[in-house]
Amino acid sequence: MAMLSVAPKSPDDERLGAFVDDFRRRVDSTPLGVCPLVVTLTALETAAGQTCGKCVPCRDGIPHLVELMRTLVDCDADASVVDEMRELSQLVRDTSDCAIGYHAADQLLAALDAFSAEVESHLERHACTAGIGQTVPCETGCPAHVNVPGYIALVAAGDNAGAVAMVRKDNPFPTACGLVCEHPCEAKCRRRLIDDAINIRGIKKYATDQAPADHVPVPRRSPDTGCRIAVVGGGPAGMTCAYFASLMGHRVTVFERRSKLGGMMRYGIPAYRFPRERLDEDLRAILSVGGIEVKYGAEIGTEEFEALRRDYDAVFVAIGAHTGRTLSIDNIDADGVIPAVQLLGDIGDGAEPDMTGKRVVVIGGGNVAMDCSRTALRAGAREVSIVYRRRQEDMTALQSEVLSAVAEGVEMVTLEAPAAIEVDDAGHCTALLTQPQMTGPIRNGRPSPVALDVPQHRIPADLILVAVGQDIVSGPFNAAGMPTNRNRFVADDALRVPDMPGVYAGGDCQTGPKTVIKAIGAGKVAARNIDEYLGYHHTLPFDIAVPAPHPNDRTPVGRVNIAERPARERRCDFAGVEIGMSAQEARQECARCLRCDVYGIGSAEGGRVQYE
Amino acid sequence: MSNSPKKKLVTLTIDGFQVTARPGMTVKAAAAKAGITIPTLCFLRGVSAIGSCRVCSVELEGHDGFITACNTPVADGMVIHTDTERVRTYRRNLLRIILADHGLDSTAYCFSCAKNGACQLQALCNAYGATEPAWRVEQERKPILESNPFLAYDPNLCIRCQRCVGACNTQARNHTLHTAKRGMRTTIEAPFGPDWKATTCESCGCCAAACPTGAIVEKRRRTYRSWETRRVRTTCPHCAVGCQYDLVVRNNRIVDVDAAPGQTNDRRLCVKGRSASFDFVDAPDRLRTPLVRNPTTHELEPASWDEALDAVAEGLGRVKREYGPDALAGFACSRSTNEDIYLFEKMVRCAFGTNNVDNCARI
Ligand code: SF4
Ligand code: SF4
Ligand code: SF4
Ligand code: SF4
Repeated sequence: MAMLSVAPKSPDDERLGAFVDDFRRRVDSTPLGVCPLVVTLTALETAAGQTCGKCVPCRDGIPHLVELMRTLVDCDADASVVDEMRELSQLVRDTSDCAIGYHAADQLLAALDAFSAEVESHLERHACTAGIGQTVPCETGCPAHVNVPGYIALVAAGDNAGAVAMVRKDNPFPTACGLVCEHPCEAKCRRRLIDDAINIRGIKKYATDQAPADHVPVPRRSPDTGCRIAVVGGGPAGMTCAYFASLMGHRVTVFERRSKLGGMMRYGIPAYRFPRERLDEDLRAILSVGGIEVKYGAEIGTEEFEALRRDYDAVFVAIGAHTGRTLSIDNIDADGVIPAVQLLGDIGDGAEPDMTGKRVVVIGGGNVAMDCSRTALRAGAREVSIVYRRRQEDMTALQSEVLSAVAEGVEMVTLEAPAAIEVDDAGHCTALLTQPQMTGPIRNGRPSPVALDVPQHRIPADLILVAVGQDIVSGPFNAAGMPTNRNRFVADDALRVPDMPGVYAGGDCQTGPKTVIKAIGAGKVAARNIDEYLGYHHTLPFDIAVPAPHPNDRTPVGRVNIAERPARERRCDFAGVEIGMSAQEARQECARCLRCDVYGIGSAEGGRVQYE
Repeated sequence: MSNSPKKKLVTLTIDGFQVTARPGMTVKAAAAKAGITIPTLCFLRGVSAIGSCRVCSVELEGHDGFITACNTPVADGMVIHTDTERVRTYRRNLLRIILADHGLDSTAYCFSCAKNGACQLQALCNAYGATEPAWRVEQERKPILESNPFLAYDPNLCIRCQRCVGACNTQARNHTLHTAKRGMRTTIEAPFGPDWKATTCESCGCCAAACPTGAIVEKRRRTYRSWETRRVRTTCPHCAVGCQYDLVVRNNRIVDVDAAPGQTNDRRLCVKGRSASFDFVDAPDRLRTPLVRNPTTHELEPASWDEALDAVAEGLGRVKREYGPDALAGFACSRSTNEDIYLFEKMVRCAFGTNNVDNCARI
């Protein structure tokens, strides 16, 4: 009788686990600007290496697909090669026995469609499309293209004020981004290859903690041009445009509907995430440039907008997305049902809601839902539940936000779709009725919920906060001729509004609700392009030198994360939840940066994304 | 801190020698102070320091990898070895890899290359014993781009060091020549193909001057071998900037021009200086004696300098007497040197007695 063994069949399987983890990090950090056909080839080669060798199409077909793909990647293929690839992929897809084979073919076919422009360029021009070519990952991923390695090196050298100035060269909201940026810069950080992405946002927070933005002088404004620019909306996009346009010497008037500046940073993001006094540091610094006049309480309707077009040399429309979307369920207008944006907006204006003893239900799974639920806790609510029709991992909120909400005691009621609101005789809500769901087929990358054939649930609620998305009040501008698409303003990549010379639109009102840093990026683009439109080509002086790099230290070191105050303590007040990095931690974190501005593609011509 | 103007000197050890250097200096420059030469290929001072060839890699104690001497700044306490067995082996093997990418077949192993004898790759390979390519690559022969009247790019010889890119972007500041991608391969997009006129290339030739191999050359380079020539340092006569260059002379004929590190040009030249300032010296239709128009036949006839100058002085003098000095004007040729122009201007103001003087140089 054969002996049994407890040893793994292939002794290297376990070691392979660690190897694959490492490999996954390389895949995760696929550099920005890499040719998509190269990545496709790599995936195909991986598949070819995974074949078990049983079936003909997978065993012999995929290696041949690899060869064909390589000629396409090398720009040596003609259209017949692509035809042959498609035909063979279909065969592999339809006749392979297991997913190793048919998934590989499926993926290849999807890639040939998704990257059709690249395929065509390889066939016709024998070169990649113009945009292909790597650049410094963090700086490229940042929508405002902040010189990340530059400011990290300055922090490492102990020059926090220099670091703040370096951020501000491209982004006048260093504090906002230090505190609440979603840090797309970290997504492809090259350091991931070794251990983990640099905590780029955390380092920025450290710099602004040590050198508050309003204590770091802004550059001198260029000589006055006499040109007048109207900015509609004093949020991140509008104020960024105002800052740069004013630095260039133009005269800016900001029209703000509310009583204070900051837009969603004040009227959407709760103070515990972004303390107001910190926001004011950025705003004070921006206004210290001079040449920016702010008109508060300024509602811009159709007529006012037309007047702006007449009276100003250029107009930047950055009104954000400030109204709440709603649900079409029974009694959605009942007392006690409040749009999330209204709650957060009122708080921005100084309201201190009291929810003592209330049972609060929040509908939605995005960042705003998290903000509302955590605000409700702080306002004294007895229990707070988030009701969401998908699973927790499908929520669009940052996972760190979800985890923070859970830690503070928010109950996640998932796979429950709001069905109706129950009201008492006075018309006040008493409960949310929900239809249980199960997770279903994946559409557009997310599993869509499917109603379960079971009775509805009843979730008692004294207050219901609706956080199912925001909308844009674009109607008045639309009436004046600004084209819209699903309420969003239409503008080209230069943010020009079609057929309206001198009118630009950007930020949430053009993209739909996105992030603070995207809006900042848009404000900067608008300022630059308005400057060109007005016939100037200002370059903004900047004279802080980036410290010389040290040769890369390749020793793997853990990433320093930003700690938060204990959940049971922080849920009781509106003070900031995050604790700063210590100098010691900041030093270690900065030292991990691989200085991609110097090492790697950053030193080559075209390797940077920087403006003068 | 880091931006304070006063910086302390740093001390490092290179191959056992203590070297003192200014902060910001590269390891290569510090080594040169100690008389140690670190070879480079893709590096060109003031033009390109991207560290692509890795030939200047040296060992730094306490550091995992090697560092590139051409672009690594010195730091206090560095201990560097530039000539260990490992450094030499790596260097040789890097050169052999570059050689494998160099299309040697296309020039019959350098035989037909315009840069034979003046190629930095050839010189380095000889110096470091890289006699064979690291591996054989089946390379299809790619077409040479040579529609530009002065310049040619042979992609078969290009080692993608990107010195030409640095030359066009940071030296000529013309931003015409770029790298492009072919899948995994970096290629050079040289603007010398059939559509060369539609590009913004000024044919200044900075790229050709920067190219360490025969990939980008001035076409005239194919007409001579560098060992047949000698050099004469002079000033470009084409405008008033005063760029320095060497005339490359074979058998007493100027065959080429090579930029020199002059105060005003620091190894740069424009298309006029590089390609339009020496051909006329030996042009067959060049006047080699003064000509004076015969008043009766109205034909130009050869004359001696004395006769010619007398005729000119007499004619100009008459105009001045009859119509006054402001009836005269002097207009000098832009191919004159600053010294000639100075004397010319002096003559117009003092001898003619007028301020009507100008020059056609407009650079
Ligand atoms: S290692 Fe540094 S320079 Fe490189 S991507 Fe990360 S943060 Fe940016
Ligand atoms: S710089 Fe060198 S090591 Fe880094 S990605 Fe480019 S080729 Fe590779
Ligand atoms: S000749 Fe001058 S302008 Fe033309 S590609 Fe070369 S360096 Fe650039
Ligand atoms: S053309 Fe010459 S300088 Fe340019 S990359 Fe090729 S070898 Fe280097």
